[in-house]
Amino acid sequence: MSVSLPAVGGPVDGAPSNRPQPEAPRPRRRVSVVGVVGELLLTAGAVILLFLGWQLWWNDAIVAGQQSSAASQLSSQWSEQQAAREGASPPEQPVEPEQPVEPVVDTTVHENAEAFGVMYVPRFGDDSQRTIAEGIGLDVLNSVDLGVGHYPDTQAPGEVGNFAIASHRSAYGGGMHEIEQFQLGDAIYVQTELGWYTYRFRDLEYVTPQTIEVLSPVPHHPELTPTDRIITLTSCNPLYSTAERVVAYGVLESWRPAEAGAPTEIADIVAGWGV
Amino acid sequence: MTVYGALWRILPGPAWLRVILLLVLVAAVVFALFSWVFPWADAILNPINVTVEEP
Repeated sequence: MSVSLPAVGGPVDGAPSNRPQPEAPRPRRRVSVVGVVGELLLTAGAVILLFLGWQLWWNDAIVAGQQSSAASQLSSQWSEQQAAREGASPPEQPVEPEQPVEPVVDTTVHENAEAFGVMYVPRFGDDSQRTIAEGIGLDVLNSVDLGVGHYPDTQAPGEVGNFAIASHRSAYGGGMHEIEQFQLGDAIYVQTELGWYTYRFRDLEYVTPQTIEVLSPVPHHPELTPTDRIITLTSCNPLYSTAERVVAYGVLESWRPAEAGAPTEIADIVAGWGV
Repeated sequence: MTVYGALWRILPGPAWLRVILLLVLVAAVVFALFSWVFPWADAILNPINVTVEEP
């Protein structure tokens, strides 16, 4: 029983319809709820994909590049200052860098987020240089020009005790991405305005996030008086998780004053940072 | 009418100009997301902790 009905609003009385309809009705003018919801869902999907791209690529590779450039810049700035000082008053005697000397330690308490060092670990890759700044807040760790934070109440680079630093394992530049690849004896270079401290990797440890004893001057033994000069690196573990912490320990092997320049093994690499 | 349909009508000029304007708008939105929205969201959604701290 289908009855052919005239279109709603159309001519019903059989009057002649205006053939060239002025202002033809535009049905698309009405807001399509389904269409808008669909668009919002598509947009949300695109934004989530972008977020993943940001997290896994931009915030990792791109920020890593920014952080290592910033560290290179700081390092070469110190080299230039050193060169300027030598130009003004050349050292009376040539520096004998290879002889074991007591490291000079700067125990100044730095302001939060103040950059005071550069970490370089060949095992982490060619562009693993990162700026070390005071403090372990997100203003340091998530920064695009810092990246490595120094635990405030731990010792200074080269000092007897524990120089403890932290960095991201993934994202935000991933300053310690390859921490689990450390092998016994790997170099961990720390440069400050005073010179270069070379630490040698000793061992890895996996702990719960509350194990603050790893930061003690003698790790796990807060009651003992330290005699060694060690470095402690902490990052998250497993990769992409925060369930545990991975801790790497190293022992100070040698120190070179700034006049002597970067350690011989990495002198060419460090010279390239200034370019 | 939909949001993007309305946007397309609001943009001036011929089709090729509208495409360019849309690309510029998309670039601006992506820049804002990368610079401010994503870091903010990431700190809330995914607080990565790399430090050992007092419980």
